[in-house]
Amino acid sequence: MLQYVVRRVIVAIPLLLAMSFVTFMFIQAAPGDYFDLLRQNPQISEAVIDALRAQYRLDQPPLIQYGSWLWHLLQGDLGYSFAYKAPVAAVIAGRIGNTLILTGVAMILAWLMAIPLGIYGAFRHQTAADRALSFFAYVGMSIPNFFLALLLLYLASLTGWLPLGGMRSAGFAALSWPSKVGDLAAHLAIPALVISTASLAGLQRLMRGNTLEVLRAPFVVTARAKGLTERRVRYVHVLRNAINPMITIFGYELSSLLGGAALTEIICSWPGLGSLMLGAVRQQDLFLVMGSMLMGGIMLLGGNLIADLLLAWSDPRIRYGRI
Amino acid sequence: MGASERVGVSPLRRGLGRLRRNGVAMASAVALGAMYLAAAAAGFVAPYHYDDERRDLSYHPPSAVRVVDAEGRWRRPFVYATTMEFDAYRRRHVTEDRTRRYPIGFFVRGEPYRLFWLIPCDRHLFGVAAPARLYVAGADSRGRDLFSRLVSGSQVSLSIGLVGVCVTFTLGMFVGGLAGFYGGWADELIMRLCEMIMMIPGFYLLLALRAAFPPELSSVEVYVLIVIMMSFIGWAGLARVIRGMVLSLREREYVVAARAAGRGSVGIVFSHLLPNTVSYAVVAATLSVPGYILGESALSLLGLGIQDPHASWGNLLSEAMNVSQLAFHPWVLWPGVCIFATVMAYNFLGDGLRDAFDPRLETARR
Repeated sequence: MLQYVVRRVIVAIPLLLAMSFVTFMFIQAAPGDYFDLLRQNPQISEAVIDALRAQYRLDQPPLIQYGSWLWHLLQGDLGYSFAYKAPVAAVIAGRIGNTLILTGVAMILAWLMAIPLGIYGAFRHQTAADRALSFFAYVGMSIPNFFLALLLLYLASLTGWLPLGGMRSAGFAALSWPSKVGDLAAHLAIPALVISTASLAGLQRLMRGNTLEVLRAPFVVTARAKGLTERRVRYVHVLRNAINPMITIFGYELSSLLGGAALTEIICSWPGLGSLMLGAVRQQDLFLVMGSMLMGGIMLLGGNLIADLLLAWSDPRIRYGRI
Repeated sequence: MGASERVGVSPLRRGLGRLRRNGVAMASAVALGAMYLAAAAAGFVAPYHYDDERRDLSYHPPSAVRVVDAEGRWRRPFVYATTMEFDAYRRRHVTEDRTRRYPIGFFVRGEPYRLFWLIPCDRHLFGVAAPARLYVAGADSRGRDLFSRLVSGSQVSLSIGLVGVCVTFTLGMFVGGLAGFYGGWADELIMRLCEMIMMIPGFYLLLALRAAFPPELSSVEVYVLIVIMMSFIGWAGLARVIRGMVLSLREREYVVAARAAGRGSVGIVFSHLLPNTVSYAVVAATLSVPGYILGESALSLLGLGIQDPHASWGNLLSEAMNVSQLAFHPWVLWPGVCIFATVMAYNFLGDGLRDAFDPRLETARR
C-alpha cells in the first residue's frame, strides 16, 4: 500500500510541473504585470519600479523566470505576493483553512442528507415520495451554484436571519467561544448549503440506484427466503452492499467540491482560496496565482488518491500493492 | 416490444419513437426550441434596443399593466407613463401620470433593427408609445428594459453552449479517435496531456486562462475567447472516452473486414469507428451544453466575460451581486431564472436522449 502511494505521488510530480509551466506561460503571455498598477502612482518613481522588477526577476525572459520560480519552490519558497505584501505561503495558509472548513461542512451536510434520502427513495421505489425526491434531485443538479447563492442571500436580506456573506461578524474577537461557533455557523449556513446542494442531488441519485440494484441481487432473495425479517434484510444486507460503491465517490467528490466552491466563495465573500485566486488574477499577482493553482492541483490529486485508497480499503477484490 | 415490429425499423427511428413518448424530454425540447427562436429574432421579440437607457428610470419596477382606467371603465391592457424620484431616505418612488393611457400594442413600430441579421425591420412584437415605457421584467440600474436585455443576452448565453460543444466535440472526437486507433507513443502522449488538463481545477484554469488576455477586449473577442478556453478545458475528458470506445471498436469484424478490403486507416477511423461513437457523443454533447452556459455566466458574472453595454445572462446577473441592495430590486434575479431553466431543460433532454438512444439500454430492454 505504501509503495502504491509513493508511486502515485511520484507520477503526480511531472503532472504538477507541466501544469505549473503551462499556467506560468499563460500568465506571462498577458500584457503587463502587477507593477503597471504601481506605475500609475505618482509617488513611486520609475527607478524604484525597475529595481522591484529586477528583484523579482520580472525583467528576465519567461523561461528564466519560471526556472527561478521552480528553484525557489524546491526550497519551499512559494514567492512573494505583491498585492498582499507578504509571502505567498503565508497568504495561502491564511485562506486554505477557510476553504477546507467550508467544503468540509458542505460535504458532511450533503452526505448526511443524501444517503438516507437515497435509501428512502429506493425503498419507496416509484411512489409519490420517490418521484418528489427525484424531482428535487433534478432541480438541485440543475440550479447553478451562483444563482442559488444569490437567491439564498436575497432571502437572508429579506428576513434578516442570516448574515449577508463574509465569515465573521465585526466584533468576532470579543465574543465568548460558544458565540464564536454560533457566529461562524451562521456565516457558514448559506455557502455550505449551496455547495452541498449540487453534490447532494447527484449522491442521492447514485445511492438510490445502488440500493435498487442490490435489492434485485440474488443474495437478497436468499436472505428473504431463509426467513429474515424485512428490516434485517434491508438494513443489514442491502444497506452495507449499497453503500460500498459510494465510498469511492467520496474522494472524487472531495476534489470536485474544491473546484466548485470557488465561485460560491466569491459570491458569499467567504475568504477562501477561490476569492484569493480571483483577486490575484485580476491584479496579475503572478506568484500568488501560481501558488493558488498549485494548491488547487495538489488538493485535486490528493482527493483522487484518497478515493483510490478508500476503494482498495472497502473492496477486498482490489489490491494495489500487487499490481 | 415484439420482435415482429423491429424488422426493418432503423435504430434511429426506434430511438426517435422512444424519445417522442418521453413527455418531459419533449417538453424540454420544445421549450429550448422556443428560446432559440426568440434569441434568433431578438430584435423583434424585445420591445427596446438592449442599450436604450433612461437614467431617470433607474431600477424601475416591472410596469403595472392595467385594464381598468381612472374612471373605473374597462379598457384593453394599458400602462401609465411614470416618473421616479427619491424620498428623504433615498428610497425610489414611482408616480404614475394618470391623465393619459398608453395601450399595449402588438406589431408596433419602434427602433429599427435587422430581423435574423438580414431583413431591415422596425416592427416589434409588443410595445407602448413613448414617453411611456413598458418594463415587463423591470429595469436595470440605467433604466434599460431588463426583458429586452434578457432576450438580447440569450443570443450570447444560448449560442455559446452550442458553439462551444461543437468545437469541443470536433476536437475531442478527432484526437480521441486517432489516439485510440493508432495507439503507441502518440496515444500515450495525448492521454498524459488529457490527464494534465483534467487535473487542473476547472474554474481556476478558466481564471488563469482569462488572465492571459487583456481585460479590455470587445464583446465579440471575449465570446470567441470563452469558446476557445472552455473547449481547451473540455476536450480532454471527451477524448479519453472516445479513445476507449475506439480501442474496443477497432477489433470488431467489420473493421478487420474493411482493413482486409484495403481501406486506409484514416478512412476506417472516419467511416467506421467514429460513426459508432455518435450516439454516445450526441448524448454527452447535450449534457455538456449547460457546462458552457454556466462557464460563460460565471465569467461574465465576475466581470471577466461579456462587457456592458452588451448583454449576456451572466453579466445581467452581476447586478444582483450587490446583495444588500437586492431587496429593493429583486427582479435583477431574472437572468438567473433563465440560466436555471435552460440548464434544467438541457438536462431533461439529455437524459431523454440517453434513455432513447443508448444501445446498452436497448439490449437490456430486449
